[in-house]
Amino acid sequence: MLIIAKHLKKSYRMGKVKIEAVRDVSIEIHKNAFVSIMGPSGSGKSTLMHIIGCLDKPDSGEYFLNEKDVSKIHDDELAEIRNKFIGFVFQTFNLIPRMNALSNVEMPLVYRGEKTKYRKEKAISALEKVGLGHRIYHNPNELSGGERQRVAIARALVTDPAIIIADEPTGNLDSKTGAEILSLFDKLHKNGKTIIMITHQREVAEIASKIIHIKDGNITDREIIKEM
Amino acid sequence: MDFLEGIKSAIFYLRSNKLRSFLTTLGIIIGVMTVITVVSLIEGLNLKVKNMFSTLGTNVIYVSKFPFIQTSSKNYRKYIKRKPLTVEDAIAISKHCPDVSFVSPVINSSSDVKYKGKRIELVHVSGVNQNYQDIIGQYVDEGRNYTEGEVDRRRFVCVIGKTIAKTFFPAGNALGRRIDIRGYKFKVIGVLEGRGNLLGNDMDNIVNIPYTTMQKIIGRRRHLMIVVSAEDKELAMDEMRGVLRVRRKTPEKAEDDFSFGTQDMLLNFYKKFTGAAFLVMIGIASLALLTGGVGIMNIMYVTVTERTREIGIRMAIGAKKRDILWQFLIETITISVIGGFVGILAGIGLGKMISIVSHLPFAVALWSVLTAFIVSAGLGIVFGILPARKAANLNPVEALRYE
Ligand SMILES: Nc1ncnc2c1ncn2[C@@H]1O[C@H](COP(=O)(O)OP(=O)(O)OP(=O)(O)O)[C@@H](O)[C@H]1O
Ligand SMILES: [Mg+2]
Repeated sequence: MLIIAKHLKKSYRMGKVKIEAVRDVSIEIHKNAFVSIMGPSGSGKSTLMHIIGCLDKPDSGEYFLNEKDVSKIHDDELAEIRNKFIGFVFQTFNLIPRMNALSNVEMPLVYRGEKTKYRKEKAISALEKVGLGHRIYHNPNELSGGERQRVAIARALVTDPAIIIADEPTGNLDSKTGAEILSLFDKLHKNGKTIIMITHQREVAEIASKIIHIKDGNITDREIIKEM
Repeated sequence: MDFLEGIKSAIFYLRSNKLRSFLTTLGIIIGVMTVITVVSLIEGLNLKVKNMFSTLGTNVIYVSKFPFIQTSSKNYRKYIKRKPLTVEDAIAISKHCPDVSFVSPVINSSSDVKYKGKRIELVHVSGVNQNYQDIIGQYVDEGRNYTEGEVDRRRFVCVIGKTIAKTFFPAGNALGRRIDIRGYKFKVIGVLEGRGNLLGNDMDNIVNIPYTTMQKIIGRRRHLMIVVSAEDKELAMDEMRGVLRVRRKTPEKAEDDFSFGTQDMLLNFYKKFTGAAFLVMIGIASLALLTGGVGIMNIMYVTVTERTREIGIRMAIGAKKRDILWQFLIETITISVIGGFVGILAGIGLGKMISIVSHLPFAVALWSVLTAFIVSAGLGIVFGILPARKAANLNPVEALRYE
């Protein structure tokens, strides 16, 4: 199993009120799975994804990523794991403004300490994979929404991570562009990546082989779409 | 993230917000500019003054009843009451002080000098003996110096400085002419080698005549100094002190009723004076730099807040705390070093301008440039560390949520 999480809990404190964003979630995801996570707004999807993506630590529970317990390790080690194993794709693209597509895509390799030449080669090849070989020197504000999301995907791919985590990747796109992005995920999945995708839309979620339903910080249902 | 990457990114952000970057670095620019300007002017003065002392000869000691350097007129009456030095004192020194090489009495006056309708005002006329040239190290390069015999016989002969020679005898035929000093005709027997200009003073606007002749034309009551040369000045001064105290019957316990003057003393005095200017400058510069540093810190706090989301993104894709810390620290250092660099250039420019307008000498001291660089980098570190730490300690999820 690539991901084994047991009894994850995460709560936020807002003054006197305690918000339990993730109450008690156990989840297992094997290598090369394509999993969608669905649930109403505020149900704790993003919070869960942040824990799975090693951006955040659970208050309690255990989390094994690639057989390593990562629920209690140091922040710097978490950063290293994010850099090596995980690629993030966000609803709002989250590119660094004023930096061109190439620099944005190179960024994860910068933190890995790679040399300039190698970085550039890798970044260009990642951009070509997402069909943006002709836009590498464009700044984010010179790109369409769909193109921005492709840059973000290229950035997630450039380190060749095992897992791609996407938080509503089509949320800000029209349906046609969204479909293009989804087919890109499908391709990545076929090439061996493990993909975890949050979405509100049923028809988007169904591209995955499994849908996990979340409500009020708990898993309410696991739905198999296609047998592997 | 490596250093070069950090600098590149820093320059990138600086360029994308030029006006703000300029305003941010203004304090540092002004501080560094002040330092470089003042240091360069003082350094220029130093060089010039050192030159002056080396041209005057380093082995010279003056003896006078007045202190060599008077900083106030407070004790003036006390000095006036002192016994004058005499020609006999000078003779005694040359007899009894083995470490004194040459001795000459000196009687100075400022006089107008005339030649056939031409007139030069306020010429520095010195009554000295034949040894004076060896003491000061300024020799005639045309004609000859007067002899001991001519001094003893109070001859009306003179050696003149280059300026006098050029003004009166542009054709260069000075020797043998008679020039008029205070109504007396003096025969020109030599022209002195040139010394040039010192802090606006023409060092060649001088005439030397035998001191005996000087006494004849202006009387014996005129203030007389003794000038000597010595290899070991301390030793020579001790010997002269002994001789003079005995001759002047200075009471055992009383302090000397005469003073020595050397170039070291002048130099020390000068150094004290410029040292004070230095302190004032350092005060001003520190204030400017402090303001500049605080300004940079403020702007960096704003920058960190503005770029919270970017920090979140960088963390999400693998930046460690120290990567973020370095990024912002290097950015701050780059800003302040660039500010320092601009300040150095502005300081050199301003110093140059002041020196052109005021004719003050000017020399850029390498150490001041290096110090300015190090200080501005240091400012970057000191004032950049807090904003950088704030950035590094952001929680990635919170940072990503930041609108
Ligand atoms: N930093 C925080 N401080 C306080 N409350 C938080 C914080 N982050 C999340 N929450 C709360 O936790 C709950 C779960 O949030 P989360 O972002 O995981 O929901 P979500 O399922 O992703 O919703 P959406 O579909 O709208 O993105 C929400 O009630 C939210 O208000
Ligand atoms: Mg969400």
